[in-house]
Order: sequence, then structure tokens, then C-alpha cells
Amino acid sequence: MKITLHIWRQKNSNDKGHFETYHLDNVIEDMSFLEMLDVLNEKLVAEGKEPVAFDHDCREGICGACSLTINGIPHGPEKNTTTCQLHMRKFKDGDEIWVEPFRARAFPVIKDLIVDRSAFDRIIQAGGFISVNTGQAPEANSILVPKQNADNAMDAAQCIGCGACVAACPNGAAMLFVAAKVSHFAYLPQGQPERKRRVLAMVEQMQKEGFGNCSNFYECGAACPKGISVRFIALMNRDYLKASYSEEKLEFAEKE
Amino acid sequence: MILDGKVPSGRIEEKWDKHRFEMKLVSPANKRKYKILIVGTGLAGASAAASLAELGYNVEVFTYHDSPRRAHSIAAQGGINAAKNYPNDGDSIWRLFYDTVKGGDFRAREANVYRLAQVSNNIIDQCVAQGVPFAREYSGYLANRSFGGAQLSRTFYARGQTGQQLLLGAYSAMMRQVGLKKIILHTRTEMLDLVVIDGVARGIVTRNLLNGKIESFVGDAVVLATGGYSNVFFLSTNAQACNVTATYRAYKRGAFFANPAFTQIHPTCIPQSGEHQSKLTLMSESLRNDGRVWVPKNPGDKRDPRDIPEDERDYFLERMYPSYGNLAPRDIASRAAKRVCDEGRGVGPTGNGVYLDFADAIKRLGKKVIEERYGNLFEMYERITGDNPYETPMRIYPAPHYTMGGLWVDYNLMSNLPGLHVIGEANFSDHGANRLGASALMQGLADGYFILPYTIGHYFATTKLEKVTTDHPEFKKVEKEVEERIKKIMSINGKKTPTQFHRELGKIMWNYCGMSRNEQGLKTALELVPKLREEFWQNLTMVGEEGDLNIVLEKALRVADFLEFAELMLWDALERNESCGGHFREEHQYPDGEAKRDDENFCHVAAWEFTGVGNKPIRHIEPLVFEYVPLTVRSYK
Repeated sequence: MKITLHIWRQKNSNDKGHFETYHLDNVIEDMSFLEMLDVLNEKLVAEGKEPVAFDHDCREGICGACSLTINGIPHGPEKNTTTCQLHMRKFKDGDEIWVEPFRARAFPVIKDLIVDRSAFDRIIQAGGFISVNTGQAPEANSILVPKQNADNAMDAAQCIGCGACVAACPNGAAMLFVAAKVSHFAYLPQGQPERKRRVLAMVEQMQKEGFGNCSNFYECGAACPKGISVRFIALMNRDYLKASYSEEKLEFAEKE
Repeated sequence: MILDGKVPSGRIEEKWDKHRFEMKLVSPANKRKYKILIVGTGLAGASAAASLAELGYNVEVFTYHDSPRRAHSIAAQGGINAAKNYPNDGDSIWRLFYDTVKGGDFRAREANVYRLAQVSNNIIDQCVAQGVPFAREYSGYLANRSFGGAQLSRTFYARGQTGQQLLLGAYSAMMRQVGLKKIILHTRTEMLDLVVIDGVARGIVTRNLLNGKIESFVGDAVVLATGGYSNVFFLSTNAQACNVTATYRAYKRGAFFANPAFTQIHPTCIPQSGEHQSKLTLMSESLRNDGRVWVPKNPGDKRDPRDIPEDERDYFLERMYPSYGNLAPRDIASRAAKRVCDEGRGVGPTGNGVYLDFADAIKRLGKKVIEERYGNLFEMYERITGDNPYETPMRIYPAPHYTMGGLWVDYNLMSNLPGLHVIGEANFSDHGANRLGASALMQGLADGYFILPYTIGHYFATTKLEKVTTDHPEFKKVEKEVEERIKKIMSINGKKTPTQFHRELGKIMWNYCGMSRNEQGLKTALELVPKLREEFWQNLTMVGEEGDLNIVLEKALRVADFLEFAELMLWDALERNESCGGHFREEHQYPDGEAKRDDENFCHVAAWEFTGVGNKPIRHIEPLVFEYVPLTVRSYK
């Protein structure tokens, strides 16, 4: 296959950035999208040019490191597929492909296609956990979880933290990411004691980081490579509302 | 030198309890005075960081990723073992211990393995309390499934994403401590060297991957949780960035490297499709619960698998190992697959593949049940290969997956260098010559949650540490060495990219030190690797700046270390003149092709001491004594 690539190149966060065009002549359809970029990078390095910097690691769709907005869609055109699992057989000979970083106010570009997603870590740090120290746990089967709840929790917990939801959202909102973590714990008995504090703390951090608000476009759900449902956003909103009128809110406000 | 593993005395069931009592404690007020540096944020690193910070220690954590959650533990699919015996099928700590010692082909330290089995149950408790969404029965109780090398169901799982869920549990516990300011987190920071002062590990030198800044960090102890070295084969199931640098650098500073030749080749991976390939993808071992492995009986049978009648198929694992069948352990299943492919009966375009067939299971259980159990794995397979495994059998072939070898540690998980602790896949400890499925997650979390937090306190309580800062001349010296090394790499100005060198190295290692090895091949490789290394330092091409985000430089530094490490691995494979577990020396096999151990001469750990690049390292041994699981021929027939 012959492919023409228009790739966003940006030296650093201060650089304005621009598209550069590259032609690849022997792309094989069994290649993954990132392996196609590997071929381009090997070519560039051999020519003494700087390769295109992009984040990636496991290449099996689970670490959440790979990003890329491909032809305007985070992780490209395939449903429920990360960029590393997207294969060139989904493209045609002669295709032109536009490759950009995940764009959002809260994800500043570091270099080329690499963005800074550390805001997600700070949101987890604010409350995305159950406060149990090592050693405190009771016997595992003393906590019963109805299968339906466990399945719901797992549906939400599958989030890989890639940030496609943010990149897809016209408002640059992180609602799906935060809702997935809030819901994961909300479905489990272990998550109940801190349920209200958690949603308050995580939403507050989300806003501090400069993510936008949800206005129900649902682009996030469409872009999510793990198919995480937007219904979790509704759950988070309900929890947030309830928590806002609770004693935890007063306590939380005092702490602030 | 004969190494002492410092195994406590007493009966094996009592060793760990007795040891915990005998170890000295650090009082809560004094814990604040210690700083621990942890490198790596996978299961072992994250769980250790969280647990140590909860105890009151000051912890600094380092990862080369943008977020600690990206560590490759996240990719573990199938599950985690524990001796809970919930299914009432006869499991016990003793049986998990026995299976693991036998699974490791009698090359692990008995006392360590027993302790691992003991704490396995606490791990499940801890993870459930953290909110890990393990699979459940309708009753609300935890569900189990079976895995290779076991005749019962002791594996806990979260769909096909168990590693992800366990890692996110450990990561969230760690991030809670980051929020409480008990942990300082350094992301996009790669350890490039270890600092040893007066024989004691006191710090590390790192490179900031965003701006190239070289920095030193000092601590009272250094913990390496940096994973394995399967990427020495270039193609493996490991993530792209996984590398040997941290452990290899520690080795160069005096830590002993144990059993580097013990590598695991996983039987169920998607076969390679071409030269462009950057990695091999694992298909979880859990698939072998319902999938049947077969090849055509006749060599060169190129028919569509669905057209090959039942009596012309060879379900070779069921035939060769009737009592374990498709759930034979990994080393055994991999070699069996290689054998049938070598006979010309392999399938797929390259002939390096065997079928993993779900047709019977779909007939027996219905498509819906199979979809529930393995849906995400089937989807992944289809995405990569373009074939639908509900309709046609999967094609699989073995691939490098895990490394049992690692830095040598004693019972306290401390290396021969005082202060240097090594946990998870990075150490050599518990799996012997072959690891059983669902045991890596168990070991990583056991080390981090339940072993290191006790043993490191004992080290502090019994060691007088001098006050040291990063102004110490040794820090300056190591920093300078790291900087010079980077300058040297930047200045080579040759023609080949780091990836080209890596790919060539991988081919040498796979051909001569892969699924089977022999003396002549290993000696050939011992000539090829130094040559390739020499070429690397003459003919590497480099672009970009050292003081900038530079992916080519990152790769080159890692490949440079692999090129030295590979030689160590070859020496170990050559000197271990026996077959055991994943280390198969063609000279040593039974008539039916099974691995033949030599307990008289090799019932020991080989721990290597660095003596200079290109020199043969010194081989030390730690004798292994089997008091509780008698040495027998390992049979799964």
C-alpha cells in the first residue's frame, strides 16, 4: 500500500507546530498503525532527521499510553480500538491520513504527538481510591458483591486512562474518565464509606485541572476504546448532587 | 563463593512467622527518618511504595512512563493464584507450594516458595478490600478458574484484564500516599545507574526523559522493581520500553545476577506475520481451559482447518500429557508446539503455528458462554489477524514472555549489595526454571505488600548508615560516567539505527538461546554478540539532542545494555549443562524429548559477578536443598 501522512510536528510546548507531509510506499496491511509509524521513524533516523515522537508502550490496547488523533478521531476510525490495535488493513492504498496529538486545554503538547496527561493522575490522587492500608483487609469472601454489581463495576473499571474521551469532547471535558472511576467504586460495597467524599474531591480536582463541562454530546463514549458507557456520567452526576447536600460536603468545605 | 540465602531455621511452615518475630523493628517515630527509593511502578513497585509509605517511611518513586499506571503489569491477562480453596477441590498452602516448586523444575528456593503460598491468601483479601472487581458468582462469592500446571481451580480473575485491575488497585493505593505527601513521584524519569558507597547501595542516577537532565537521588535503601528482560529477544510479549538497564547497571556495580538463562517462552501467542513486527501479542493461557491445541497429522497439510477431519488431527498436548492435557505447563507446551512444527506439521503461512480450536467448546457451552469468558481476547485476536476465532481456529506460536532469572536476593529480598532490594520479576527468587501461569501477579504483590515492608525494616534496624548527600564524590563520579556514556553514544555518527541493532541481537538470542539451546550454538552466539556490540559502538546513527526528549537516545541506551547483558545470559546457558524448566539443552533430554535435569551437578542457583565488559563473569552458587518436595522427574503425563 501507498500512504500519505500529514503529521503534526511541534518541537516543544512553546513552538507553534505545523503539519508535515510524508509518503510511505510499502505499507503492509498486517502492520499496526504504530508499526507503520515505526517504519517512517526508521526511515527518518536513517536520513539523519528527528523521528516523530509519540507515546506508546504495551501495544496490546491496555496500558493507555498510545494516543493520536487520526483523521480527526481519537484513536482513529475503528470502534473500541486503541491506536496500537488499529491495523493498516482498515485503510486503502493511496489513502491520505492526518495524524495529530490528543488536543485539549488540560493536555498541553510536550513534543510532536506527545501530550501531558498527568492531570489524570492528580484526579486519582484526589480521591480515586479506597482508603485501606495494607494489612487491614478482612477475609475476601466476607464481602459479598452481587454479580450484576461486580459486572457493572468492571465495565467502569476497564478505563485505561488514555484520555480519548477528553480529546473527543468539544468542551475538553474529563467527565467519562472521572465517572468511570467514581462508578467503579460506587457499585461496590467496599466503596460506600467514602462514596460522597470521593466524588466531591475528584470533581473538584477535575475542575482545577481546566477540563470543561459535559454538555451531552457523548463524543467521549463514541471515542472510548474500551466502550465505556456514558451512563456512568449520569451516575456520577447523581452522586455529586447527593454529595453536595450532605454532611460530607460541609466537612469537605471546611477542609478546603 | 557459596552464597547464603539466609533462610531461617525451623520447619518450613514456621519459618516466616518465626522470622517475622525475630526481625528487628523500626519504631513508628523513627520510620520518618528513613528514605526509600523505589524504581518501577508495576505491581511490585506500586504495592511496595504504598505499603512502605503507609508504614511511615519517606518514599520516592521513579518511572519512565508518563504515569505509573502504564507499567507493563497492566497487560497481564489471565489471573492470580491463591490457596483459598474456595472451590473445595483440595487446594491448600501446601499444594500451591508443591505445584510451584515442581512447576519450577526444582530450581527455586523452597522456603521462599512456601512463604509465597502462605501470603497468597492475604493478597486476595487486600485486593478485594481495595475494590478490585474480581469475577463473582451469582451468590456474590468470588469465582475461580484453572490455569496451566494445576489440576484445580485456584485462579482469581477480572475478565481478561486481571493485571490491569490489580495494578490499578496498587496504583490507587500509591496515589493516595502521593496525595498525602508520603510519596514523591517522578514520572518520565529513567534510572541509568546505581550509586554504591562503601559497598552499600545509597542512591541512583536518573535521566529526565523530557529535558535530558541527569540527576542524583540519595536514600537509605534502593528498591528495584523494574521487571524482566524478555526484550533481549527483540520480539516478545513485553511492552516496547521494557529493558534490562536498571538491573544490569546494578550488576555492573557489584550485584549478582542469578540464573539469567531462565527465560519463559509462552505457548499461546499470535504468530509473527512479518519483519515489520514490533512485538508479539499474548493470548491468555486461560484460553487453554476451553481451547484444544492441535496440528494436522500429516506434514504439509494445507487444507482449511475446518476441512480437516477429526481422525486426521493430532491433539498433541492431550495425546502426550493425558492428565494435564491442554493445561500442561508453559515450558512443556511450548516445546511440544516447537516439536510438531519442526516435524513440518506447523500451520499458517510461515509453518510456525499450531491451532487453538474452540469449536468443541462452542458446541458444548454455546457461543454466548465462550463470549462471556474470552470475548475481549477473541476481539483482540481478530483485530490483529483479521480472522474470526468463533468460526476458524486461532493460530498460536510460542513467544518470549517472562524471565525467571534476575538479580540474586536472599530470603529478605536483599541482594548481595546491602541496601539494594529487588522485588517482582526483577529478582530471581520464586519461580525456579519455569513460572506457572497466574503466579507472576502473586509474586509481585507478595513481595510488595507483605514481604519487603517487614524485611526492609530489619535492614534499617540492624544497619548503621552514614549520613550521605548527593554531593558525595561517588555520586559525582557516577553522574559523570552516565554523562560521558551519553556523549559517546551521541557522537558515534554511523549508519544503523538502535532498532536495527536490537532486531539483530534478538535474532541471535532467539536462534541460539531461545526455546532450545546447545553447546555449539551458544558458543557461536558468544562470538556473534561481542561483534555486534563492537559494531554498535562504531556504526550507530543518532539524531536529536541529548538535552531534549529524544526517543532514539532512550532506545540506544537500552539496546547498549542489552548488548552486554546478552553475553551474560549466554554464559549462564552454556555453563548450566543440564535441561530444566524453560532452559532446554538439547544434549540433555529423555528419549521422549522431555527435559533431563542433572541434580547431582546443578541443583543450585548460579549467581554471576561482573568482571568487566567482554570478560567471562564469575559464577557463584547457592546450593538448593529440597527437604519438603522430594526431587523427582517432573511429569505431567
